[in-house]
Amino acid sequence: MNLTLQVWRQAGPDVPGSFATYEATDISADASFLEMLDLVNERLVLDGDEPIEFSHDCREGICGSCGVMINGVPHGPQRGTATCQLHMRTFADGDEIVIEPWRASGFPIVKDLVVDRSPFDEIIQAGGYVTVDTGQAQDANLTQIPKETADLAMDAAACIGCGACVAACPNGAAQLFTSAKLAHLNLLPQGDAERYERTESMVGVMESYFGSCTNMGECETACPKEISIDFIAMMNKDYVKAKFRNRRSA
Amino acid sequence: MATASPATTATPPPQAPGQVPWIVQLYGTALGKKYAMAISGILGLGYIVAHMVGNLKMYFGAESIDGYSEWLREGLLYPILPHTVMLWILRLGLIAALVVHVHAAYALTVMNRRARPTGYQSERHYVAADFASRTMRWTGVIVLLFIAFHLADLTWGVEAVNPAWEEGAAYANLVASLSRPPVAAFYLLANLALGLHIYHGIWSLFQTLGWNNRRFNSYRRSLAIGVTVVVIGGNLSFPIAVLTGVVG
Repeated sequence: MNLTLQVWRQAGPDVPGSFATYEATDISADASFLEMLDLVNERLVLDGDEPIEFSHDCREGICGSCGVMINGVPHGPQRGTATCQLHMRTFADGDEIVIEPWRASGFPIVKDLVVDRSPFDEIIQAGGYVTVDTGQAQDANLTQIPKETADLAMDAAACIGCGACVAACPNGAAQLFTSAKLAHLNLLPQGDAERYERTESMVGVMESYFGSCTNMGECETACPKEISIDFIAMMNKDYVKAKFRNRRSA
Repeated sequence: MATASPATTATPPPQAPGQVPWIVQLYGTALGKKYAMAISGILGLGYIVAHMVGNLKMYFGAESIDGYSEWLREGLLYPILPHTVMLWILRLGLIAALVVHVHAAYALTVMNRRARPTGYQSERHYVAADFASRTMRWTGVIVLLFIAFHLADLTWGVEAVNPAWEEGAAYANLVASLSRPPVAAFYLLANLALGLHIYHGIWSLFQTLGWNNRRFNSYRRSLAIGVTVVVIGGNLSFPIAVLTGVVG
């Protein structure tokens, strides 16, 4: 396959960037999107140019490191697929592909396609854990959890924290990420005890970095793990309860 | 290394318990403002539905709607309350709801602009965000301007807006106003904007208030479409009826 790439190049956080055009020739349709970028980079290095900087780690869709805007959609055109799992057969020979980093004030650009997503870590630090020791693996079997509840918590826990929800949201809101992290713990008995403290403090950090949800549902379609906005509704309900219950300690 | 810094302090300064009512604290947060928008939106919706149903009386002639408007002013909960008191309670409630709705919308819009100061430099392709949801701010502004015009036109009878206006003559006033094609066109346009606004609003309020149940979720969209079609269909029919001479 031969493709024309328009790639956002930006040397550093505080310098202006712009799109650069690259010809990606002779790309296998079985290559992943990142493998295609590897090939382009290899040729750039051989020509003595700076390679395109992009984040990646596991390349099997579970680490959440990769993720760029591909033709105006986070993680590209295929639903429920992270950038690393997107294959070039999704595109047609001769296509032009525009690649841009996530844009959000919470995700400043580090270089080229790399953004700093540490606000997500701060949201987790604010309550994305259970403070007591919940035991070893076998201890999990001592707590009876209905299958439906376990499945729902697992759906939420599938979040890999890639930031596509923020990137997709016209408001730059991080509701899908935060609500998934909340639901993952709040639905289970081990997490339920700290449900309201957790909800209030994680939402507080989220709001200090990101925008506000207007229920457009764009995040849900961009999420590589297809996490449902039903979790956002759950978070909204819990937050008001939390504010009421925690009112004496505020 | 670029690092993001929070736009506001992550943890608010500690407050003495009970110093600020929790509901005020809640409104201080973005999620709280969304709640306020949903609840004030429900009040507005209730009013819009009642307003449309009441206006249907124009199809039964001048006496019917004039009597109805007289009853709204004088007869609501009378004699439990003196004349016009209940009307003013409703009016003040609606004004409060409108103020809260607009203030929260403004504050959240500022927050959202700040959350993405530099937009995408390439063309953005939306998958789920429909026209109605992306134009809420604009349809909201159109509706706000329309409310001001509509009050001047048919409630206050401002000379420059509706010179033929007369106190108590609801039927004659609306016929005089809507038989002017530019005014009728503005009423039609504003109601289309209102339709887009409530179509997204009705669906959205369920999410905001956390009224989410997988058994009923599929009905939320149908409810939004149904209410919008009935209310806006009724509202659009009034200027058309006057222009075509059905009413008048």
